[in-house]
Amino acid sequence: MAQRPVTINPTKPGGIAVGLVLALTLGTLGAVAWRADWGCGLGAADWAAVRFTVTQALVSAGLSCLLAIPVARALARRRFWGRSVLVTLLGAPFLLPVIVAVLGLLAVFGRNGILNDALGALGLPEVSIYGFHGVVLAHVFFNLPLVTRLILQGWLSIPAERFRLAASLDAPVGRLLERPMLRTVLPPAFLIVFLICLTSFAVALTLGGGPRATTVELAIYQALRFDFDLGRAAMLASIQFGLCSIAAALAWRMTAVDGFGAGLDRSVDRWDGSRWGDAVVIALVATFLLVPLIMVIVRGVPGLLELPADILRAALRSVTIAIISAALCIGLTLALALRGGRIVGLVGVLPLASSSLVVGTGLFLLVYPIVNPAKLALVVTALVNAVLALPFALRSVAPAVDKITSDYARLGAILDMSTWVWTTRVILPRLRRPLGFAAGLAAALSMGDLGVIALFAGDAQETLPLAMYRLMGAYRMDAAAGAALVLLVLSFALFWICDRGGRVDADL
Amino acid sequence: MLICEKLELTQGTFQLSADVRFAEQAITAVIGPSGAGKSTLLLAIAGFFAAQTGRVLLNDVSFMSAVPGKRPVSMLFQDNNLFPHLSIFENVGLGLRSDGKLNVADQKSVLSVLDRVGLKDMADRKPGALSGGQQSRVALARLLLADRPVVLLDEPFAALGPSLKDEMLDLMQEMLVKDAGATVLMVTHDPADAQRVADHVAWVADGVVHAPRPAAAIFADPSAGLRNYLGKMG
Repeated sequence: MAQRPVTINPTKPGGIAVGLVLALTLGTLGAVAWRADWGCGLGAADWAAVRFTVTQALVSAGLSCLLAIPVARALARRRFWGRSVLVTLLGAPFLLPVIVAVLGLLAVFGRNGILNDALGALGLPEVSIYGFHGVVLAHVFFNLPLVTRLILQGWLSIPAERFRLAASLDAPVGRLLERPMLRTVLPPAFLIVFLICLTSFAVALTLGGGPRATTVELAIYQALRFDFDLGRAAMLASIQFGLCSIAAALAWRMTAVDGFGAGLDRSVDRWDGSRWGDAVVIALVATFLLVPLIMVIVRGVPGLLELPADILRAALRSVTIAIISAALCIGLTLALALRGGRIVGLVGVLPLASSSLVVGTGLFLLVYPIVNPAKLALVVTALVNAVLALPFALRSVAPAVDKITSDYARLGAILDMSTWVWTTRVILPRLRRPLGFAAGLAAALSMGDLGVIALFAGDAQETLPLAMYRLMGAYRMDAAAGAALVLLVLSFALFWICDRGGRVDADL
Repeated sequence: MLICEKLELTQGTFQLSADVRFAEQAITAVIGPSGAGKSTLLLAIAGFFAAQTGRVLLNDVSFMSAVPGKRPVSMLFQDNNLFPHLSIFENVGLGLRSDGKLNVADQKSVLSVLDRVGLKDMADRKPGALSGGQQSRVALARLLLADRPVVLLDEPFAALGPSLKDEMLDLMQEMLVKDAGATVLMVTHDPADAQRVADHVAWVADGVVHAPRPAAAIFADPSAGLRNYLGKMG
């Protein structure tokens, strides 16, 4: 008989959480598969959408990884003023509402952007951000920082002594130390970005479109909202789920990388590489990331005056959804993390394989015969976003629960703590940091959501991102810029408040 | 009398048998090479390691079916004996009530036991603000308040410096055994600890917990294995 496991963690809520997640992912998939109309098979346009989806995801992931290597290397071996700020900033795009970032990119690369202004002044032809390369540009903007952080972590995990040894032997650092590290870090990073790009709906919605730049998700949206062809939407959603689950299965086999790991604020002493080369790389990437963000603020401030009156109501609606979604996500995360075990590992990745459009389509099909979907738009948005943020929240909370359990479960048991006392007096207080971070993440992700809400909402359920998208669609760019600024501030404020709440006198 | 009756502990290739009795209201040091199973023996008595066969009895009553918290046993581990987010007062209070709901009389008891270990002024602080020696005193205060007849110590003072450790051992002998009358089993890898405070010594080696012998006798006339072990210790 082996060591008796100390069973002091509550496990029942975990069962309910597992059920809920399974219902929302596999259950909605079932609805989608059941209603899918395979009658006419895949048309030419559908094949084009599949091809476009996969191609842009491959190119985006490839470019993000390729470009991230020199950036991460420069950050790993240089100390400079503002380095820690820049590393923190690399975490920001993950929280940034997609539509805000798109507006920032438009301000730089769009028709009236500063790049085309400069090209025009030089008498050169203007570039267009719409279509394939626009989608790829936006995806690189989002994922280059993510991959950079992942690789940076890999770089900093190489012990400093190895670099010293290599330098004293005058051995090639690249072949000896760096390539083996990159071989383990890059493939999972590539797959994660590939997966993110497969499911990023808002980028395709705003920068793609038309027969040559439509993703599967965009096609689902159009089939549902414009053609109201439920069978076709369901068929496309099945295809999308197939694509994602292949990528998710591959990624799951390879990884346990964690993009939010601590300890990125040090650098390693090295004796190779060009100081100026690194400086240029860092300057370029900082410019690429910062200028669009600055443009959101620069154009947003005057735009605040142009905001329509009902934007306030949209903002309130968004904040409410974000708070509900974060609370739900935290509840699910906690229940699952406390339960532990293999099924939880599986449930933790299932949402990665199901995009918000697929889940949304499934729910739409289920509720449509019973009630007007628009009436449920806000509830569904909060719920779906809570489940979609779950893998990220779980990744932050589950290891912390394991650590507390392995450190203190015996002490709790010998003191005869009940499950309730253990959970409320030990687990919760000690989890404040990761819980705060996870809540902030879930709130920010939900705040910026422009996926499932676009499927469900009518005018009366407009959230801030949707209102902003409609302003952009109506070419009211000044007002859209103002809304973007409000959305940006609210998203980061929500994240900051939650994250901060977890840190304030948390004795660890 | 604490008795291990035909206790068989196995895990993978590890195997340990114990058929011994431990003197009550006394300290028995458990010594032996690392990996011999000293900690495992304590974990089994506390209920964290399920025995293959056999029983553990206190005053002829077996407590094998009870979960750790319901056994007449307190235990200090090598580390993590205090909750870092709770104050000293709250940590000690857990010895009395695990849900932390202390009435006025309970609170008085906590303060008085803190006074005994010299930490009354530290009641509102968190463990992180205390030195290693003070933290050990907090753990001792909780043991005193819990007042369970058997106390298991799995080298909780190993990280302290030599003089602090000696001080803790003396304090423990004084308060826990002489005053409170507890039966203490103490794992140690330092024979000096055993010589300092132990009444009896149980030698654990080759898969067997040997019957405890009086400390003076066992060090004056060690078995071949123990002599070898002590010799290696230098």
